[in-house]
Amino acid sequence: MSAIVMPEPDAGVLSRRMEIVKALQAIVPGDGVIHDETAMRPYETDALTAYRQMPLIVVLPETVEQVAAVLRYCFENDVKVVPRGAGTSLSGGALPLADGVLLSMMKFNRVLDIDFENRAVVVQPGVTNLGITRAVEHEGFYYAPDPSSQIACSIGGNIAENSGGVHCLKYGLTTNNVLGLEMVLMTGEVIRLGGKHLDSEGYDLLALMTGSEGLLGVVTEVTVRILQKPETARALLIGFPTSEEGGTCVADIVGAGIIPGGMEMMDKPAIHAAEDFVNAGYPRDVEALLIVELDGPEAEVEYLLERVAEIARKNNASHLRISESEEERMVFWAGRKAAFPAVGRISPDYLCMDGTIPRRELPKVLAGMRELSEKYGLRVANVFHAGDGNLHPLILYDANKPGELEACEAFGADILKLCVEVGGVLTGEHGVGIEKRDLMPEMFSEDDMKQQQRVKCAFDDKHLLNPGKVFPVLHRCAELGKMHVHKGQLPFPDIPRF
Amino acid sequence: MDAILKPRTAEEIRDVVKWAAAEERPLEVIGSGSKRLLGRPVQVAHVLELSDYSGVEFYEPAELVLTVKAGTPIKEIEKLVDDNGQELSFEPMDYGPLLGQPKAEGTIGGVIAANVSGPRRIKAGAARDHILGLEAVSGRGEIFKSGGRVVKNVTGYDLPRGLCGSWGTLAVSTLITLKVNPKPETSATLLLEGLSDEDAISALSKAMGSSAEVSGAAHLPAQEGGAAKTLFRLEGFETSIAYRAQTLTSLLADLGNVTRLNESETHATWDAIRNVDLFCGLPDPIWRISVAPTAGVRLANELRNQIGAKVFYDWSGGLVWLMCPNGKVHDQDIRAAVHKVGGGHATLVRADAAIRSSVDVFQPQPTPLAALSGRLKEQFDPNGILNPGRMTAGQ
Repeated sequence: MSAIVMPEPDAGVLSRRMEIVKALQAIVPGDGVIHDETAMRPYETDALTAYRQMPLIVVLPETVEQVAAVLRYCFENDVKVVPRGAGTSLSGGALPLADGVLLSMMKFNRVLDIDFENRAVVVQPGVTNLGITRAVEHEGFYYAPDPSSQIACSIGGNIAENSGGVHCLKYGLTTNNVLGLEMVLMTGEVIRLGGKHLDSEGYDLLALMTGSEGLLGVVTEVTVRILQKPETARALLIGFPTSEEGGTCVADIVGAGIIPGGMEMMDKPAIHAAEDFVNAGYPRDVEALLIVELDGPEAEVEYLLERVAEIARKNNASHLRISESEEERMVFWAGRKAAFPAVGRISPDYLCMDGTIPRRELPKVLAGMRELSEKYGLRVANVFHAGDGNLHPLILYDANKPGELEACEAFGADILKLCVEVGGVLTGEHGVGIEKRDLMPEMFSEDDMKQQQRVKCAFDDKHLLNPGKVFPVLHRCAELGKMHVHKGQLPFPDIPRF
Repeated sequence: MDAILKPRTAEEIRDVVKWAAAEERPLEVIGSGSKRLLGRPVQVAHVLELSDYSGVEFYEPAELVLTVKAGTPIKEIEKLVDDNGQELSFEPMDYGPLLGQPKAEGTIGGVIAANVSGPRRIKAGAARDHILGLEAVSGRGEIFKSGGRVVKNVTGYDLPRGLCGSWGTLAVSTLITLKVNPKPETSATLLLEGLSDEDAISALSKAMGSSAEVSGAAHLPAQEGGAAKTLFRLEGFETSIAYRAQTLTSLLADLGNVTRLNESETHATWDAIRNVDLFCGLPDPIWRISVAPTAGVRLANELRNQIGAKVFYDWSGGLVWLMCPNGKVHDQDIRAAVHKVGGGHATLVRADAAIRSSVDVFQPQPTPLAALSGRLKEQFDPNGILNPGRMTAGQ
């Protein structure tokens, strides 16, 4: 393991392990409590596989009452809890704690209510993202946010990370598509937010919960909005001699008032890796490949295809193809969708980074990455959500070569620092987790982070839920609550008054 | 000593709040004061007014991003983006006329604090769906920043969005970063007349569930001098609108004769719906009620029977604007009806200050949720100096 330090395990909790097991078995009977080492092993890591930690105990509750009772027990006995959905987190969000209960929500896997008239679906958090679409596609509906892991990732996890996906440019992120949820606080209290109606009646706690990475509460039920599938979707596959021209094309498309269903870019290393793997017919001699998907009513898509093609030509596109069939559209996407495994094929390991930048900064950041690649002696391939500036640099390394993981992480950290430098952010959709936790000071001051932590104090003031994630320094709530300036210490401010 | 404090910089805003927190002097926080007749009245000795903290910090149309100072008039922002072929897609309502106040007096800070949106909310989202970043002064008198200038951002808690709709009770916004969108090339509205509420909501639901991409779905029940009007807005490129209008017309064919309103008629129609023109210039109390779309009709029927309420619907039935007859506010009946149809929330919008001080203006929350909200308030504003009592009596 590398330099990421997790909170010191509580020796008292470790010594009471079997007592805790018994107490939890009384709440979640049968195979819902796992404490055998072999049986716990699948839970020791999520998709950030370089980091592994065996939990104290694994618990798989089946009802809200069980979740509430488990959390209440842990609250009263100062036992930490790490919630887990499908374990597809790329930032270590579900990495266990040695002294913590790993709370898997995957038994909560039912679709509870499909309401086409109100265009809302109520599901349990363990239902996969694609599972929601599957439940409503017979009537031509779908759930729009489509992270690439959608076949496996859970909607509860999507809420934790405010997941996006290729189509979030046009259809929004998880936070724009969630109508309500039921959750349990660390104290065991059950709270309902929202429902099938719009807007919050008070503070927008739904907004705070979405993207909270399992730190504020455990989600036990979710209400999402569904949309009618667009009538048609067509794609353009466009190659550019330089990434600058690709970037300008993207800006021009947006500038023309067009918001495509999706816009994805790949650089040369990514294109070659993908072509070697799936042979989707991508041009090998381009520096940047842009896939633009236009979806909607047929007449609109036809019209926009022409306009986008015109913009591409104006930007010196060296290759341009328009999909003429559904099959062809899928082929255009095949290389992009296989990009990650394609890179996995040419390297023993890779680290997938996630940062967001203003779109216009792409050429500069790509150039910066090429320099860093030389500095660290590691290859990097880029997949980029061109529509919203979200980058996924894939750094290739070999964990068996001493020092390469460390070099890789340092390279990744430098990329993220560069993202922040050009006006972007550390993470667009994978979350901070443990992976980017120690880079938070690149974006936020001490005061900024303390203010965020005060939100945590309102939800979980004992810091029992997922400590060690997102924030590099854990301030105690009593410390954060202190006011430092008191009566009589400040003069009336010298500003205009009427 | 009563004073209206008008800071001109973020540091001055911070200094006012810091002083107020230290001295435990509550502040009424306003942009230009256009929303004083909404929410619960705040009667304290000092007013923190942000109207002199105004102006555009950063606008990059190609990046679809705009950063503005909280005291900037909303009409200035709307004109700026319009001049650049863009829009604030959430089309915030102008509460002025409904409250008997001048038109278009609000600030962006107020729009965000009250999460003000319009008919397009059903498609494009609310104000809170368009915020990307926020710099603000907490009730502790500390400036903090959160979010950023990009849409894809899950770096820390979503404080910018979490502060939307908090009515100045958690923090005083200084710099607000918004997502802007291209303005549609043109628009049109399809109109069906004479439908019952039930048939109308059903039609709106069908339209919303189709591929026609409707961006406004409203129903105005019949009244003296006019048949009921069910309205479907379409926006985008002309070729697209023509095609979608065709799709929608076929879909609605068995409900009656579908007519089409042109672009200028469309603007006028939806401005009127957005600003609740129907109930303007009248004295009676108004409620703004959000429920599941299909529950809207049941709610309306219940309250028509019980109290003789007048209603019209937006958000394909999910937003019910309700006017009480005879000057009575009927809060118990309304809360009971919302509960009966499966939940949602009712907000008292037009009523005099005395009434707004004595009844719940916002939807009361169940105890655990109210307690959590209270703890959040305490964390942001431990001395309770920001807009005390603006949302709930105990705040």
